[in-house]
Amino acid sequence: MTPRGPETAPGALPSVDILRMEGITKRFGPVLANDRVTLAVRRGTVHALLGENGAGKTTLMNILFGLHAPDEGRVLLRGRPVEIRSTREAIRRRIGMIHQQFTLVPPLTVAENIVLGLPPRRGVFLDLRRVEREIESLSRAYGLDVDPRLPVWALPVGMQQRVEILKALYRRADLLILDEPTSVLTPAESEALFAIIRRLVAEGHSVVFISHKLEEVMRISDTITVLRHGRVVDTVRTADTTPAELARMMVGRDVVLRLFKGPPRAGGPALEVDDLHAVGDRGLPALRGVTFTVARGEILGIAGVDGNGQAELAEVIAGLRRPTAGRIRIDGRDVATPAGRRAVADRLAYIPADRGRFGVILDFTIAENLALKAFHRPPFSRGPVLDRSRIIDHARALAERFDIRMNSVLQPVRQLSGGNQQKVVLAREMSGEPVLIVAVQPSRGLDVGASEYVLRTILEQRDRGAGVLYISMELDEVLGLSDRVAVLYGGEIMGIVRPGDARLEDISLMMAGSLRTAQTAAPAQ
Amino acid sequence: MRLSTPIALAAMGGVFSERSGVFNIGLEGMMLFGALAAVMGSHYLGGPWMGLLGAMLVGGAIGLLLAYVSVGLGANQIVSGVGINLLALGMTTFVARMVLRPAGVEQVPAFQIVAVPYLARVPLLGPVVFTQTPLVFITLLLAPALALFLFTTPWGLAVRATGELPRAADTAGIHVSLVRYFGVIASGVLAGMGGAFLSLGQLNLFSENMTAGRGFIALAAVIFGKWHPLGALGASFLFGAAEALQLFIQTYNLGIPYQLPTMLPYVLALVVLGGFVGRSVAPAAAGVHYGREDR
Repeated sequence: MTPRGPETAPGALPSVDILRMEGITKRFGPVLANDRVTLAVRRGTVHALLGENGAGKTTLMNILFGLHAPDEGRVLLRGRPVEIRSTREAIRRRIGMIHQQFTLVPPLTVAENIVLGLPPRRGVFLDLRRVEREIESLSRAYGLDVDPRLPVWALPVGMQQRVEILKALYRRADLLILDEPTSVLTPAESEALFAIIRRLVAEGHSVVFISHKLEEVMRISDTITVLRHGRVVDTVRTADTTPAELARMMVGRDVVLRLFKGPPRAGGPALEVDDLHAVGDRGLPALRGVTFTVARGEILGIAGVDGNGQAELAEVIAGLRRPTAGRIRIDGRDVATPAGRRAVADRLAYIPADRGRFGVILDFTIAENLALKAFHRPPFSRGPVLDRSRIIDHARALAERFDIRMNSVLQPVRQLSGGNQQKVVLAREMSGEPVLIVAVQPSRGLDVGASEYVLRTILEQRDRGAGVLYISMELDEVLGLSDRVAVLYGGEIMGIVRPGDARLEDISLMMAGSLRTAQTAAPAQ
Repeated sequence: MRLSTPIALAAMGGVFSERSGVFNIGLEGMMLFGALAAVMGSHYLGGPWMGLLGAMLVGGAIGLLLAYVSVGLGANQIVSGVGINLLALGMTTFVARMVLRPAGVEQVPAFQIVAVPYLARVPLLGPVVFTQTPLVFITLLLAPALALFLFTTPWGLAVRATGELPRAADTAGIHVSLVRYFGVIASGVLAGMGGAFLSLGQLNLFSENMTAGRGFIALAAVIFGKWHPLGALGASFLFGAAEALQLFIQTYNLGIPYQLPTMLPYVLALVVLGGFVGRSVAPAAAGVHYGREDR
């Protein structure tokens, strides 16, 4: 691996790097989104920004595009330091950004969308006819094949993306930022996009390609910068690296866990998943025939790069997403029917990845949040009326037991720190002595102390006899906590291994989809 | 014709404001302010043209107020618009009673009817279309001019984009709030003109709550006219015709209680909204506040 950081190329001519961002730091409140990020993009190349969701890729590019102001650091464009305070200025400096969510106005035509915000062409008029001709020739030059007269709503997504690219080219952008461009595309549309990117680069444009997908980054980029937790892990030449190495850089190795963990005493099955299929939000297959078992008293970790079916797996098991095929049994009961679901509802604990949206109701009080799961029946309600004093007593007891730091149980959860919010979720979900715990990134965004507390609580539940399905993008956390680890790639399980037995290299290869083991480690008895 | 003009002016204002993304429930109040300002301008500043100017300025100022509250401060657009209406009813009544009545202002110099040379002599159409007060002609010219502005100039494009998808406009380097301020102020100016026509083009005096819901009819005309200035003009003719019909029925005393025909324009508005709203699509971001931090 050859790091191509700024310090290794002091003699580089300013004209070689079209863009340099040096020591960029950006905070959103207490969250450090970018931490002294340095990035150099060479003219006429595709530079990939690789990292998990929330690694700070988009924030960095939004800073470049004038949507956020950096707290520290400086930007050099074509060798000259610049301060870009608005998108207008970014466009004037010939930067084009194609956002994940398109910024096209559906009822307007392609041509209208493209000239939006530009000065008039003839007198006070737009002169759309001339614009349409210009767009057509531009579109032909880059093989984009877009009809400027059609309204945008009538175009398929892949075509809309080309309109975005045309919009940037029409404004004479020569540095194009593509934010997760393939996330909305079908495989065929992605192929077409890659061809367009190659053509753009051949014409001398430079492209920053934001992605968390290893395989496409390997295919399209010349240079890769891996971001993690807002920091640059490394910058490598694509030719000199491998998907496994990239996967390891993305998930990192810097979390050191000091957990005292006894051997598992696995009991009967808590969760049995058999040939499970499900589709994601965009209707594409997200799970393709997943089979595994979680025993009582063991932790099965799910490792993998984000977006390989983890979110869908958790949702299907928690009953939030309907599987398209396959069976799920929780504590021996089939949960396909509403009755089956109801029967296990109290014995299933779910800790969602986004606690602010799915774990707690931020504007409700701690007491109300703690009673959410069972507020509609005794002891929390009597007939149609909530028993307020019972709810409060219950909350006080749980807050004591789970060490929730607060002023009062009548405080809204929003006022608590992230760690204490997560404790509210834990307290509510664990108090029912669950048989099965589904935890998705439960330590995400928490400081070391709070995340250790969360992990210890999960271990305690395992020792009590609960089965735990532990899903995390943090490989070290998964390896440290789990008794067995299943690696998800492309909606399939590439292998189930025991963390002590498996080589890290093999797990990395599985995460990159290039190794599949036939044998499956059985739960320890 | 006469009855349609105030509705048409206010409706075109509504088109502007909603195309830029702000529901302007306050049209009614803006008209009422305009009607009063027109009478006072005409009386104190000398002549109906000064009255019209006053109405436009006051309407624009009310538009600025609504824009500040709903765009600048991000308050709910419906609530702030209703606020404008209540303020208008109270304040115009107050000013009329405290200033106009003690000063004995009643009839004021108003617009005279002009006949367009040659065209006025066309049989049938001539007396109806081409023998009117100047405001009618201004309205007829304004509609295509506004349509040209909205659909063929970059600024019009900016207004439309802002009303549909402000995020897109923002990333294209358009100042979203500025465009919306402009849209609401323009709608205030136009509604003010509509009010001026009510007081100076028809009755030559101000009476309390003289708009009598025409601002709301204008809102219906905006929707029926599919957020297009010419459509709004056409829709206003329809509502104007309904009002003419009810006046006709009343005048000829056909033995129908007068309350029934008086309802006609309003019933028509309801029917039209009920029957046609499904088919016309509002600007997607109308009524939605835009703040960058919300993205």
